[in-house]
This record gives sequence, structure tokens and C-alpha cells, in this order.
Amino acid sequence: MRSFFARRARRLPSPAPLGSVRAEARALRVGLGGRNVLDGVDLSVAAGEVVALVGPNGAGKSTLLAALARDLTAASGEVRIDGAPADAWSAGELALRRAVLPQSAELSFPFTAGEVVRMGRAPWAGTAAEDEDDAAVEAAMAATEVAGFASRPFAALSGGERARVALARVLAQRAPLLLLDEPTAALDLRHQELVLRVCRERAAAGDAVVVVLHDLGLAGAYADRVAVLHEGRVVADGPPAEVYLPELLGRVYGQPVDVFDHPHSGEPLVIPRRAGRDFAP
Amino acid sequence: MGLSPESAPPATTTAATAVRREDAAVSPAGAGPARAGRRRTGVLLALGMAAALGALCLLSAGLGAYDIPVGDVLGSLLHRAGLGGAALDRVGESVLWNVRLPRLALALLVGASLGCAGALMQGVFGNPLAEPGVIGVSSGAAVGAVASIALGLGFLGNWTVTACAFAGGLVTVLLVYALSRSGGRTEVVTLILTGIAVNAFAGALIGLCVFLADNAQITQITFWQLGSLAQATWPKVLAVLPCALAGLAVAPWYARKLDLLALGERPARHLGVDVERLRLVLVLVVALLTAAAVAVAGIITFVGLLVPHLLRMAAGPGHRFLVPGSALGGALVLVAADLAARTAAQPAELPLGVLTALFGSPFFFWLLRRTRRRQGGWA
Repeated sequence: MRSFFARRARRLPSPAPLGSVRAEARALRVGLGGRNVLDGVDLSVAAGEVVALVGPNGAGKSTLLAALARDLTAASGEVRIDGAPADAWSAGELALRRAVLPQSAELSFPFTAGEVVRMGRAPWAGTAAEDEDDAAVEAAMAATEVAGFASRPFAALSGGERARVALARVLAQRAPLLLLDEPTAALDLRHQELVLRVCRERAAAGDAVVVVLHDLGLAGAYADRVAVLHEGRVVADGPPAEVYLPELLGRVYGQPVDVFDHPHSGEPLVIPRRAGRDFAP
Repeated sequence: MGLSPESAPPATTTAATAVRREDAAVSPAGAGPARAGRRRTGVLLALGMAAALGALCLLSAGLGAYDIPVGDVLGSLLHRAGLGGAALDRVGESVLWNVRLPRLALALLVGASLGCAGALMQGVFGNPLAEPGVIGVSSGAAVGAVASIALGLGFLGNWTVTACAFAGGLVTVLLVYALSRSGGRTEVVTLILTGIAVNAFAGALIGLCVFLADNAQITQITFWQLGSLAQATWPKVLAVLPCALAGLAVAPWYARKLDLLALGERPARHLGVDVERLRLVLVLVVALLTAAAVAVAGIITFVGLLVPHLLRMAAGPGHRFLVPGSALGGALVLVAADLAARTAAQPAELPLGVLTALFGSPFFFWLLRRTRRRQGGWA
């Protein structure tokens, strides 16, 4: 029975030195519904860095993330993960190399939050790393502050709590590449900061992190590089201070902005140019 | 041995072992009480169901128009096994071994198949209300059986109806799967809608067969459709045994992946599950189990819907318990229902399918309202 179900042995991921490329998109084109959602995108993310994808709605941020996760197939160009074409990995091998946080967390049966987090360990079943299961689950729940409601049904949690449980599941997977789609969307101010600090910690530990963000302030404060997407192309890619140019952001978002440096930390702040408090019609 | 997820040690077919595997995984802070509680509930449930099933089997073998005391049933069983005991008189021995026991074996197989198929189906669709009939297996099998009766086919002797039902069910499910698949994926909504269309077509075909049939055949078709184990014989048991056992043996191997599928297709894929392959294998297993059950016993509803639902409420949604547990629970429910069908209105016999639907549907309705109130919806 075993041999009947067994496929070829999985290749386990090996640790990579900081700075080595974990994932990259090369001249990537992806079509959805008859139009190019991504049109010639080049992007790479290396071990030890946090890359933020920003841009207006419909710019292709989530599509790019999905392509990096191998959820979508490229019309042309390619996605490489860990030095090999994404298609060269089996589903099981890919699960050891990248973890993905979807935009919305759903669950069809009443599993508890703790059980959901433990699902993140599934890819390691049958490997030596299975012994780390408990430690990984515990650490992930502590990092996202969800241990307190581990025994409650997932469905009974608030939106923000669910989002953090989903993130804990992704962290418990302990994959060297993290792809997070708007991890802060449902979170309050404190937990937004918490999530991005977790991203930084994972990067410091040698993981590569790609995170889709709407908040340019968060991206500027925590990301090593910010990639600005506009109409399916990367129009800027670099450290926040180099990318946050008022005319570039103003053109991309169709909204004039001002960019200031924070008086204490020096990180760039992006403020939309407003008409002032005088909202008279 | 490869290290693919499939080769990871699956839960074995006994619920007790499935639960013991979880023991090894001591849960982190906070998760402890609930996990331990569910685990204990699972063990107790499995033991309780097994004990009840054993007792009910002995009782069912003894009760009927010709009563045999439970002690004598045990004696005869031991005698045939060569472990002492004593044979019954000629009539008793014949009633027990040629009538009661094949019927009991069939009830066990059909019940376990329906329960297990229900649990798998709900897992595959991620919907606690899905049932094997949804994808058209039941009605496809019914078309096969009804056509063989109406056309007076007899190429396989006594097994003709069984074989045709099985073929019909399998063809239907493969057809549904092929039709609902596009671009290498199967959207759940498409699959269910295709199932509805196929069910409607099957209903029309059954109607056509009934139109063509003569009066005697119509009676036969009607009783088959109501669901019954009255015609149980050892050859019939043998005809279902391979399908049922194969399905029941394969199913628990996919329990952990079914847990992951609860997160949704994409997240399951991100966790290393080959979703397409999983779905194809499980749809085939469901077809095997359901067609086997429908072929010999007609359409028996609610077992596959109710049993997994009840067990999920009692012991949590983890499929490592749910899949083998539903097989056990399904067998228990069907043996009990068949006993009631045989003895409640003696000497007449109630149709089994009518009985399960009669008691199953109000109970299910109550469950729906209760669960919905507790969960605040179906999330």
C-alpha cells in the first residue's frame, strides 16, 4: 500500500546564505480574462530581505504574489523558486519552500484556532522536522498573540483574530519564502506593527518575505525594498527613500501626495495632498 | 519509501489508533484542554459505537419471525469457527446462516460504505451538507438498476441488477467529473451544478424506464428504489465486498489532506496537497462506496448525511477520526434501522430507505437549526 501511494522522494530545502535569491519573476506576463494583468514584470527577493508590493487597486499586486506562489501559470516569462523553475517542484516540495497567506481566511469545518495553526505543519509530515511541530506551532502562536484563543472555533473569532491565526499557520510552516497578501488589512494599529515586526524577525533569521501592503507608511518603515506596481508593470523598485517620490506616487495613484521625512526616525511619510479641513461644498 | 505526503503515516482504519496518533502531538499552551477533550470524546465514541455494534449484531441475528436466543447465536458462531459451542437445529441453522447473517453482513457493508462516503463527500466539497447523491452517483446507479429491470436483462443471473447499478453509478460520476473539469481544475460550484443536471437527466431516464416497464417490473423497481436489504444472500454480499472494502481501506489515507482542504483549495495546495489528484481519487472512492451500497440496497438516504454530521458535532471535524468513525457509525445506524424495519411491523417489513428518511429527515432538520444557532451561520 505504501509503495503504491509513494511518489519520488521529496527534495528538502537547504539553508541559503543571506542575499541569495529565493524567488524571482523574469519578464513575467500573466493574462486573466483576456487582458494582461502582469505585463513584463521582473522582481526578485533574496534571503534576509522584506520586499513590499504596493500600488493602486488592480495594479497586479495580488496577481504577482499568486504567480510567485505558483497559483497562476505565466503566459510568458517564468517564475523561479530556489533556483529552479516553479513548475519543476512538486506540490509537496513547494510547500517546504514557500508559505502563502491568502487575502481572506476561510474554513469550511469548525476546527479550533489551534488546529488551524497546526495545519501549517502538514508539509513536514514524514520528515525529521516533524519533531519541531510543537515548538513551531507554539512559537507561531506566541508571535501573533493568538495562544489565548487557541481552543476557540476559528469561525467564532473576529476578523482580526482570524487574520492573525491564518498568519500563525503560515509562520508555523517555517518555509524560507513568505508570501503575504495584505496581512494587515483586518488588523488594528498595534497588530499591524506586530505583523511587520514579525516579518522583519523572519527576514533577520534568513527568510525572504514578500508582502502586499496598502499602507505606504508601513511599507516605508519596515521594507528593505518597495516595488511599486502600476497597470501590470513594476514602475519603481528600490529602498523606500528612493522610490517614494511625490511625482511618481502622484502619477501612479492618481492622487497628489507630499513626502516628508519623519522628524525623529527619518523614515519617509506619504501624505495625500488634501484641500484642508474646509469641506464646504 | 518516498517522503511524499501520501506516504506519511495515515490514520489506520480504527478510530482508536487514529486518536492515539494525536496523543504524540502534545498541544501548545491554550490548545490543550480542547484537543484533549476532543480526543477523549473520540476514543469514547469509537469504543461505544463498537460495543453497541457488537451487541446489536448479536441481537439482530437472533430477533425475527423465528427467534433464536442470543446464547444460541453465539454457540452456532463458535461452532462454525471450530471453537466449541453447538450447532442449532436444522431450521435454526438455516435461518441464521442463510437469511440473518448475510443480511447482517450486507447491512454492515452498506452502512459503513454510506457513512464513509458521506464523510469523504462532505470533506471534498468542504460543505457539511453535501452527500453522495449530489454528484449523481445514486441516481446514476438507480438508472442502471432500473434499466436492467425494465429491459429484463439477465446476462449475469442474480447479479445483473447489482452489476448494472454499479456500472451506471461509476459511469455517471466519471461523466460528472469530466464535464465539470476545465483547465485542469474543478470548481466546486460547477461540480455541484453538473451533478444537479445529471440528477435531472437520470430522473428522466428512470421515468422512461418505468413507462416502458410492465406492472410486475414496476413493482420491483418501486421496491428497489425504496431501499431494502430483504433480498440479501451470500453471493450478493460477495458482490459488494471487494468494492466496499477497497473504498473503506483507501479512505483513511486521505484524512489529513481532507483537513487541509477545509482551508480552501489554494491554501491546501500551498500546504503541499495535490488538490486535483486528491479530488479525483476521492470522487472515485465515493463512487465505489456509494454504487456498491445503492446496487444492493436501493437508495438509502440520510445515513451518509447524518452520521458524519453527528460525529463532527461530538468529536470535532478532524477527518482522522471522522472518516473511520463515520464508517463505524454508518454500520451501526444501518444495522439498527434494518432490525427495526424487519421487526417493527411483523410479519410485514418496512422499506429500509423509507425508515431512514422518516427518522433521519426531522432529526437532520433539528440538527441544522441547532448547529446554525450555535455557530451563528455556516462559516
